[in-house]
Amino acid sequence: MVDIAFDADFAASVRTERRRYVLGRIGVYAFLGFFAIIYLLPLFVIVANAFRELPEITQNGLIAFPRSFSFKAWPTAWSHFCVAGTCEGVKRNFYNSLLMTIPATIVSTVLGAVNGYVLSKWRFRGSEFLFGCMTLGVFMPGQIALMPWAYILGSLHLSNSVYGLVLVHCVQGLSFTTLFCRNYYINIPDDLIKAARIDGAGFWRIFVKIVLPLSPPILIVTVIWQFTGIWNEYLFGVVFTGGQQQPITAAVVAMATAVMNAKAYDVTSAAVLIAALPPLLIYFFGGKYFVRGLTQGAVK
Amino acid sequence: MTAFANRTTALTPAQPRWRDRLSEWTPILIIAPSLVASFIYVFVFTGWTFYISLSNSTLLPSYKFVGLKPYFDLWANQRWKLSYANLLYFSAFYVVIAALLGLGLAIAIDARVKFESVFRTIFLYPLAVSFAVTGAVWRWLYSPDAGIEYLVRSMGWTDFTFRLTTDRNLAIYAIIATGVWQSSGFAMALFLAGLRSVDQDLVKAAQIDGASQFRIYRKVVLPSIAPIFIAVAVVLLQFAIKTFDLVMALTTGGPGIATSFPATYVYDLMFQRGQIAIGAAASIMMLTALAIVLVPYALWSVWRSNRRARGHG
Repeated sequence: MVDIAFDADFAASVRTERRRYVLGRIGVYAFLGFFAIIYLLPLFVIVANAFRELPEITQNGLIAFPRSFSFKAWPTAWSHFCVAGTCEGVKRNFYNSLLMTIPATIVSTVLGAVNGYVLSKWRFRGSEFLFGCMTLGVFMPGQIALMPWAYILGSLHLSNSVYGLVLVHCVQGLSFTTLFCRNYYINIPDDLIKAARIDGAGFWRIFVKIVLPLSPPILIVTVIWQFTGIWNEYLFGVVFTGGQQQPITAAVVAMATAVMNAKAYDVTSAAVLIAALPPLLIYFFGGKYFVRGLTQGAVK
Repeated sequence: MTAFANRTTALTPAQPRWRDRLSEWTPILIIAPSLVASFIYVFVFTGWTFYISLSNSTLLPSYKFVGLKPYFDLWANQRWKLSYANLLYFSAFYVVIAALLGLGLAIAIDARVKFESVFRTIFLYPLAVSFAVTGAVWRWLYSPDAGIEYLVRSMGWTDFTFRLTTDRNLAIYAIIATGVWQSSGFAMALFLAGLRSVDQDLVKAAQIDGASQFRIYRKVVLPSIAPIFIAVAVVLLQFAIKTFDLVMALTTGGPGIATSFPATYVYDLMFQRGQIAIGAAASIMMLTALAIVLVPYALWSVWRSNRRARGHG
């Protein structure tokens, strides 16, 4: 008798527990799903509209399931559309961005790796202090550097040139890459380096034979961080270059904010997608490293 | 060091000594160019801009010293006051909402959901793409002709209005919302890392004691990730102070000057209005704002790591 009552109680409490659990699960998924939809909305809109026909977009609005399909916007956005007075699409700007991002990424990463190696394994008097000063560059707002850069780029005859932007990004990127690499190399045991020195290995030999083989994770993080950061940069691009010399971020903003282009949704979508594609691809394929860079770079 | 050097002098002939010297200097020689470049970038550039902010530069930089006059001009300027007020208003909403939403998403994802990595990928992708690019999309979504208003009206609610970017009183909320959209995934990533590092024994002990899930979070989990709240707030504040592309792509500071921000106003002063000295003064004010956020944080971090080192020592 007692047992049965207890069992019934127990079963009831299991049932309420169960119901509670299911409701909780539904709540969690509804919450995540709702925000996932909002987060994806811009991506959906831009991808969908890059493949729709303009009259259909104007009729059904931007946020609608595509009822037409065409590639027409792509060639226009790539090579015919008018941005800032010239009608050559965003092709030039895309190449400018590549021309700026690739060398600046490589140079700043290589320098960062070597600097990080020195600052972690070949410390000298004052090196910690100098490292601290270098990392201040991470926090500097770009606006502080605008006038000095304008002067320096002008006197090097690099104003309104992609190469000027390469220089700017190399110098600005140094603080990040050095910070990343130094904080990674500091975890390589010093004994490893000491042993190699006793065996007669020098500065470069130790770097190539011991440090570099251990570096791929941090080098991937650094390259991804630098590439997406430089590709996405806008302030320096819009200040130091104009028209055909601009990187794609500046061109896209010019295109999207121009009043006369306000209604060319299809072509602008294609251009926006072209601008977003390289960092998006990197993010989707190297997401793990991107997040690692983010959490390290931002908090330190 | 000197003892070592003396010994090599005594034992080895001239040429190897020269090579030893060289190898001793290699690290310093290697790093010197980077150090010089960073030093110029951080200190010379800041000093240079600071000096310009004390000069009478207008359309072109000039080096005639006029003291703090550009700063007085700046703070007498209505648009600058509006920019600063906007920044404060924006920061307050943006930091709090992005952090809370990030925390909410992190807790939800931490509840052993399926497709965890899919959700994480979705919430973080906005950060991978420039605001210069995504801002253009949001500009459309907020616009009445084709965006959200158009969608809701076409679903039958014909007098629905949603015109954030064209209303001078509401445009700042468009910037807040878009900023939150971009950065809350970042807050989520940091919080999630924190939640995963919470001592599971503590959580289990609380569960055995019969504490509810909510109570466990409030009493055990959240207190142990308190430092992450501060880190998230500091980083988001830093983003807020540097907000530039977002505003340029979304509202270009408008309608009128309603969404003028310090970062956009600096750009305007220096390159559109030919007020270089005042622009430089404004950029120094931005640096000051960053210092107000970062210096206490840096001091706190050092204090905390010292305390921890002592605690373990």
